Amino acid sequence: MALSPFDSAAAGGGVSSTAKILIAGGFGVGKTTLVGSISEIRPLRTEEPLSDRGVGIDDTRGVNAKSTTTVAMDFGRISFPSNLVLYLFGTPGQERFWFMWDDLAIGAVGAVVMADTRRVGDCFASIDYFERNGTPFIIAVNCFDGAPRFDPHDIRIALTLGPQVPIVMCDARERESVKNVLVSLVRYVMNTRSMQRS
Amino acid sequence: MNSRGGDAERWLDTEAGPVVRPYAVTKGRTQPSGGAWFGLIDIVVQTGERTPEDFRPGPEHRRILSLCGHPIPVVDLTSEIDLPLGVVRVLLGDLTGAGMVRVIQAQEETEPDQRLLRMVLDGLESL
Repeated sequence: MALSPFDSAAAGGGVSSTAKILIAGGFGVGKTTLVGSISEIRPLRTEEPLSDRGVGIDDTRGVNAKSTTTVAMDFGRISFPSNLVLYLFGTPGQERFWFMWDDLAIGAVGAVVMADTRRVGDCFASIDYFERNGTPFIIAVNCFDGAPRFDPHDIRIALTLGPQVPIVMCDARERESVKNVLVSLVRYVMNTRSMQRS
Repeated sequence: MNSRGGDAERWLDTEAGPVVRPYAVTKGRTQPSGGAWFGLIDIVVQTGERTPEDFRPGPEHRRILSLCGHPIPVVDLTSEIDLPLGVVRVLLGDLTGAGMVRVIQAQEETEPDQRLLRMVLDGLESL
């Protein structure tokens, strides 16, 4: 049984089961915004000012007016009445934090790879990682103001994705949109798993 | 805020980091003893057992104990206590070794099963 052998009533209505979803993608693509749109807590994170120590480390070409970057564990939380708590973990956006990815990926429901149409190549690294790791993922194209709009078909070709990987358009600032992204991921994972079994 | 002296950047007060290096509280240990492992979303809870005679909890052990009177996921515990995850894992290893805390694995399999997926889906759709 996958759920914890644990009586939530005895725990005073505490957490009885947990699940996690990873939010990945290139630097500045809106991972923290997406988590913040749906989390019941402000995303917890450590940030360093980019204008200062980050200079020379983070490549921000093509990213406008983003003054901070996430450099440590970044997560949000959604509690459901069933005493299930869903955690959303933003994967560290910089290569020097990749050592944390395995810890984040183990036991995850799946991953949302956020793509920015201005810098589509930024999510290659995340896609590579999840493909190699066997973590199911979907692509969420964050539709920034002023970003060029592409057909999902063109994005699929640009990212060399198989036909089975869902591509959804989203606005990371909108709760309903983020909810739709997460629902799409969970449905995809459920379908993939049941197909693997049959 | 940064204080600047000439071109050199100086870190002052909290920016300079903790006075005690994080792994000093684990006496330099970076892995939990006894091969214990604590996943980010595993749940830990006090067992209510007394402190064994051969175990001397430090202040950080006591802080962890005080936070897991109710079941609490490791990631929440870590953010509450404001210590690095690796340090919290070592301290939790000490506490489970002493029988004072038990860990409830988020799942036994590496992949969530259909029942958990269904719970997540139902939860999200009802938001």
